[in-house]
Amino acid sequence: MNKKVGIVIVSHSPDIAKGTADMVRNMVGSAVPLAYCGGNPDGGLGTSIEKILAAIDEAWSDRGVAVLVDLGGAETNSEMAVEMLPEARRGKVVVCNAPIVEGAVMAATEAWGGASLEEVKRTAEELSPQ
Amino acid sequence: MNDWINASVLIAHDIGLHARPSVKFTKLAKGFSSEIEIASALGGPWFDAKSIVRVMAIKAGTGSTLHLRARGSDAGAAIATLSGFVASDFDKDRAYAASD
Repeated sequence: MNKKVGIVIVSHSPDIAKGTADMVRNMVGSAVPLAYCGGNPDGGLGTSIEKILAAIDEAWSDRGVAVLVDLGGAETNSEMAVEMLPEARRGKVVVCNAPIVEGAVMAATEAWGGASLEEVKRTAEELSPQ
Repeated sequence: MNDWINASVLIAHDIGLHARPSVKFTKLAKGFSSEIEIASALGGPWFDAKSIVRVMAIKAGTGSTLHLRARGSDAGAAIATLSGFVASDFDKDRAYAASD
């Protein structure tokens, strides 16, 4: 069982998803389960529920998984992916209302410290202007 | 009742407390059980040094002074480690992608 909350990055752009994941790996390290996906099944800009489900599976932690998204469809498709999860996992995945790059770095830093899923989500969402 | 242990460190690094060192600083702070706070002025406001959002928001630039305080069982070690990290130019900007 992994002791740290996992992080999933979902962008319309595969490049942004990968770049964001690179930043998390570089700044926070590899101790936090991390997966990313971007692009629609045809390789264009967009998101795909299947890819999101695969990313959630890849970053799975029994402590939960926090999903960081960019715009519109990334959020709705991520929410649909969560609904399609097996019931036992559904309650352990949350979509964060946070900017994707900043939110991913902040969430991963908090997850690295062993925080709960709720704390990780709160940290990512704490970013709104003060 | 524990008293605060204080330290003030000059930021010599030519970019200041930028993103990567902010993450590293927060990770170091999380390794101590003591209450640790950070401020850009002695009079405060003081922020939780274990909060990545707060540390990132300090945006302490080159030539500014970072103030640290800690209280708790490992407060001395926390202040020594964190002020040493800042004073050493964030460990000379070594790669922060620690395996842990």
